[in-house]
Amino acid sequence: MDVLKKVPVREQDAKVRATNFEEVCFGYNEEEAREEAERCINCKNARCIVGCPVSINIPAFIEKVKEGDVEAAYHIINESSSLPAVCGRVCPQESQCEGVCIRGIKGEPVSIGKLERFVADWACEKDVKPEGAKEKNGKRVAVVGSGPAGLTCAGDLAKLGYDVTIFEALHEAGGVLVYGIPEFRLPKEKVVAKEIENVRSLGVKIETNVVVGKAVTIDELMDEEGFDAVFIGSGAGLPKFMGIPGEQANGVFSANEYLTRSNLMKAFQEGSTTPIMKGNKVAVVGGGNVAMDAARTALRLGAEVHVVYRRSEEELPARVEEVHHAKEEGIIFDLLTNPVEILTNEKGWVSGIKCVKMELGAPDESGRRRPVVKPDSEFVIEVDTVIMSLGTSPNPLISSTTEGLETNKWKCIIADENSGKTTKEGVYAGGDAVTGAATVILAMGAGKAAAKGIDEYLTNK
Amino acid sequence: MYKILEARELTTNIYLMEVEARRVAKRCQPGQFVIVRMDAEGERIPLTICDYNREKGTVTIVFQTVGAGTKKMGELKAGDSLHDFVGPLGCPSELVDEPVEELKEKSILFVAGGVGTAPVYPQVKWLQKRGVNADVIVGAKTKDLIILEEEMEAVAGNLYITTDDGSYGRSGMVTQTIKDLVEEGKHYDVCIAIGPMIMMKFVCKMTEELGIPTVVSLNPIMVDGTGMCGACRVTVGGEVKFACVDGPEFDGHKVDFDQAMKRQQLYQTMEGRALLKEQEGTTHHGGCGNCTDNN
Ligand SMILES: Cc1cc2nc3c(=O)[nH]c(=O)nc-3n(C[C@H](O)[C@H](O)[C@H](O)COP(=O)(O)OP(=O)(O)OC[C@H]3O[C@@H](n4cnc5c(N)ncnc54)[C@H](O)[C@@H]3O)c2cc1C
Ligand SMILES: Cc1cc2nc3c(=O)[nH]c(=O)nc-3n(C[C@H](O)[C@H](O)[C@H](O)COP(=O)(O)OP(=O)(O)OC[C@H]3O[C@@H](n4cnc5c(N)ncnc54)[C@H](O)[C@@H]3O)c2cc1C
Ligand code: SF4
Ligand code: SF4
Ligand code: FES
Ligand SMILES: [Mg+2]
Repeated sequence: MDVLKKVPVREQDAKVRATNFEEVCFGYNEEEAREEAERCINCKNARCIVGCPVSINIPAFIEKVKEGDVEAAYHIINESSSLPAVCGRVCPQESQCEGVCIRGIKGEPVSIGKLERFVADWACEKDVKPEGAKEKNGKRVAVVGSGPAGLTCAGDLAKLGYDVTIFEALHEAGGVLVYGIPEFRLPKEKVVAKEIENVRSLGVKIETNVVVGKAVTIDELMDEEGFDAVFIGSGAGLPKFMGIPGEQANGVFSANEYLTRSNLMKAFQEGSTTPIMKGNKVAVVGGGNVAMDAARTALRLGAEVHVVYRRSEEELPARVEEVHHAKEEGIIFDLLTNPVEILTNEKGWVSGIKCVKMELGAPDESGRRRPVVKPDSEFVIEVDTVIMSLGTSPNPLISSTTEGLETNKWKCIIADENSGKTTKEGVYAGGDAVTGAATVILAMGAGKAAAKGIDEYLTNK
Repeated sequence: MYKILEARELTTNIYLMEVEARRVAKRCQPGQFVIVRMDAEGERIPLTICDYNREKGTVTIVFQTVGAGTKKMGELKAGDSLHDFVGPLGCPSELVDEPVEELKEKSILFVAGGVGTAPVYPQVKWLQKRGVNADVIVGAKTKDLIILEEEMEAVAGNLYITTDDGSYGRSGMVTQTIKDLVEEGKHYDVCIAIGPMIMMKFVCKMTEELGIPTVVSLNPIMVDGTGMCGACRVTVGGEVKFACVDGPEFDGHKVDFDQAMKRQQLYQTMEGRALLKEQEGTTHHGGCGNCTDNN
């Protein structure tokens, strides 16, 4: 065994998995996990902890894995994270915990994410549950949205004895974990449903089909329904489009629509009642995790898929692992390419996407080199489906119906980073609704911080 | 689960259901809609709120069985439940925000086509309760397809019924009746037209000629109904709007109907196949091996 290298994780063969929706990565078994755990040198000033947005005591849980006490490892992780099976799978570890692991200086970092996943999956299989509150304190908190931010805030408050109800607009709880991230990356029954069950087992009630701002306002929740505080974790669910000609043509979808049809509505399954367009040749515009997920979904539905991205590979915002997997599966990357028009046939259906070639110029305010159009570089990619994955912004439904709740120029709710406190008394917020589209772990961290903020507020009130 | 208190067939293929949905009933206004899922596997079906009872906590929907989803829903009976029922979605009709005194000054014409009679009804009723009498034209292909006639009669100022085949009321399309009324000397300040896209398109053409501002209620394909997916986008006055949050009612003279109608047909082939399967049950896809599912 090469101590400089991670213990390789078993994966479904790329050719095979390109045609199914089963999980790509099998994860470690106990033996592999122990072997990988041995690579951790249990640093005194563990940098990995600093790299983790919720400061999981990584060396401590890895020590327990080494000792074979996986249950103890689970409880250590659970002190800081309520969704380990999710984060172990979808965290951008390379830029967080693993990015700063000392092992990574000379060789590969410890595979912290895969170890976390192993521990969480083990606990799930053995039915180990997080520990709930000893007694209730009689105070009621409403949580809007059941994504990672809402679930975490609700779970933490329930552990402190609060009576918590989550209100979710869709018919199923989970937020992006159910409607956005596909089955092959994050199994719904095995992982997401179980994590939600864990939150329920702490006594949290979940009322689905409630669009806050439409069916009930934040003020009504507090004044009429008797909630002492509210947490808003409504995410960043509004899709952006480019505003180029042809975007309303039949065959152009937002990644949100495409993924929602496939994930939430199960359109990828034979016999589903919700239809989805199985394109022959699909262009996905964008380069983030969402674009990768849309591309790999289209591929699995049988299409040839091109990812069209205006910068170079280095700037792709998606997780490295996902880009790597996408390439293995046969996704074609058309980099430094920017769409200028969607072409249609006489029936109004997409027939192609007209693009220009880009080159990288001077760095912009984000520090990344700004792509500029190469003159006379127009060309057409023939496709029948275009999926726009250009990012999302927060839904104004809540901010526009809540007096005194302020937003910034990006329509994000203004909230204090450490406590989740908004400009309205008793109202807290966190996750993508505050930061704009970010990550699961940051949303979770915000949910945690807000639970603490709410607890302090209600204790002192 | 949302209990169905009443379920009846109004006429061939058009059903009415009164459903227990406290939160929706408490808050809804004319012009808004709900999204229904009949069972755990069902698709999300948007339907306009046709009536509501705040005390009872119920909402009434009226739907036409056009495909696999609505057909299956038509089989439900009182006592059964709907799996999901979310709303109220979309913006209330603009009338709701206008001062009643101003509404009383106005001469309002509603034009309802087919099952569009159902969403027109709560608006006319809302006005009538406030002492505003609106004229209503109800059009259908034939006599059997006229729904809610008595209910409408009770709340409308004048009710004009017209059938394409002349089997009941006036003869011809609703556009003919609009023209006739205006030629007979009627004056209207505003027209609200709800029905099939093609009908709304032609009503708008007619009212544009007659100079009557017109509001239409669009029914594009939807998924979430909260502004998240963009499936429902329509072009109005050259701008892209999401019907589920910006609408469903829009200035009819600005709507790009041709584009909206094309977009409605997006899943036609797949839906057709689903309907066949629903109608023929197990006899369909009987394993003959001759038909493939990948065209
Ligand atoms: C396709 C895709 C792939 C991604 N991949 C990754 C990844 O690999 N790694 C990673 O870390 N992050 C990833 N992300 C980002 C990550 O999923 C989000 O940052 C995270 O889910 C945000 O959590 P949240 O709780 O703030 O919001 P969300 O998960 O968006 O949840 C918000 C919930 O609130 C509900 N809601 C909204 N408005 C209302 C209302 N008015 N009333 C009631 N309910 C409401 C919504 O329906 C939703 O369920 C991905 C995102 C997408 C879309
Ligand atoms: C805001 C709104 C209000 C509506 N109000 C009513 C109403 O009060 N009564 C009524 O009978 N119908 C109404 N509709 C239309 C109704 O939603 C569709 O007839 C229904 O979804 C068809 O489903 P299906 O599976 O039976 O038919 P399918 O065979 O799947 O579809 C038949 C046609 O219905 C339309 N359609 C299909 N799926 C959807 C969808 N998810 N969203 C919107 N349209 C779709 C398409 O044009 C399609 O070609 C409304 C639609 C919208 C958007
Ligand atoms: S939660 Fe994410 S960042 Fe933290 S240790 Fe786990 S994988 Fe790393
Ligand atoms: S930095 Fe790496 S080696 Fe050090 S404790 Fe963390 S995981 Fe272990
Ligand atoms: S239905 Fe999804 S945005 Fe309107
Ligand atoms: Mg259908």
